[in-house]
Amino acid sequence: MNIDKKIADDLVANGVSFVTTVPCKQLAGVIDEVDKRDDIFHIPSNKEDEGMGLCAGAWMGGKRPCIIMQNTAIGVTINTLATLIQYYRMPLPMLISYRGELREPVACQVEMAVHTKALLAQMHIPTYHFHWQKDVEEFDNILKYTFMCNKPVAILTDANFWGGYGDQ
Amino acid sequence: MIRSEILKDIAPILKDQLIVCNIGIPSQELHAIMDQPSNFYMLGTMGLASSIGLGLALAQPKTVIAIDGDGSVLTNLGTLPTIGNNCPPNYILMIIDNGSYGSTGDQPTYTGRKTDLAGMARAAGCDNVVEVRDVDTGKALQAAIDAQVGTVMIVKCDSGNAKMPVITMDPVVIRDRFMKAVAS
Repeated sequence: MNIDKKIADDLVANGVSFVTTVPCKQLAGVIDEVDKRDDIFHIPSNKEDEGMGLCAGAWMGGKRPCIIMQNTAIGVTINTLATLIQYYRMPLPMLISYRGELREPVACQVEMAVHTKALLAQMHIPTYHFHWQKDVEEFDNILKYTFMCNKPVAILTDANFWGGYGDQ
Repeated sequence: MIRSEILKDIAPILKDQLIVCNIGIPSQELHAIMDQPSNFYMLGTMGLASSIGLGLALAQPKTVIAIDGDGSVLTNLGTLPTIGNNCPPNYILMIIDNGSYGSTGDQPTYTGRKTDLAGMARAAGCDNVVEVRDVDTGKALQAAIDAQVGTVMIVKCDSGNAKMPVITMDPVVIRDRFMKAVAS
């Protein structure tokens, strides 16, 4: 299974046509795939809170948005999640690479990873954790759930899910 | 002129337009001067008016006017290259540049010293950047609306705030009536 294609297929099948991304080595394949799709407008952001602003505007304009980012960005988006996305009750699927989890080679990445789930729980953000490629089968249901309840929803995807970091 | 005087001056032009307004006193002033369903008031997230406005303009065909401030743009400078590389023809970013952080007590911003937002917007790739004096705002805004080319306007004016009540409208109500105005 090509998980990059599967994710892009599920986005399209759920009417997600506006995707903003911030670069990430793990997410590079899915970012490429999203960029290739004619039925998805892809707009790279310079920072994740900027991307959430773009998604908020796109949603109010009638498009279903999605943000693709790293978990370290949770640290810089708390205010935006609370006072924009949650306060105005907007849906936002957040496909998040979970750096600092199993098979992580860079120690510094672990420092944010140990806070990630606690921060998401504190924010009352529904959170799913993909460890294995088969977990992607839930993505379609998660998208439906996100747009049903008008909440930000986090999908954490660790290195195992993306196939590791190559030779280690 | 101060910002509230500019908003009063351009109120007839803003009527029935889709407006995304910056957090704090700018939204309070706009709300007091001319509340309408097509105003989206930001109650949090300083810096994101330009991003919300851009997302909205990219998602639908109506003209979108984002009313921003110099201090807010300085907190989200990444917005300028994003606008510069993706600006649709229906997007106007109007930065009211009074050289101060108005909502927090008029502390000076760097645009009141050496920093030139118009130059930064041009360097970021924004093709159509106009810098105007406060008294010329209405004329320049109407020209930008009529031209239907993506525009970044920098309006130079005096610092100062009008005393206006806070907005007590529920955020979901603000958002819901705004979305209905967008879709109408």
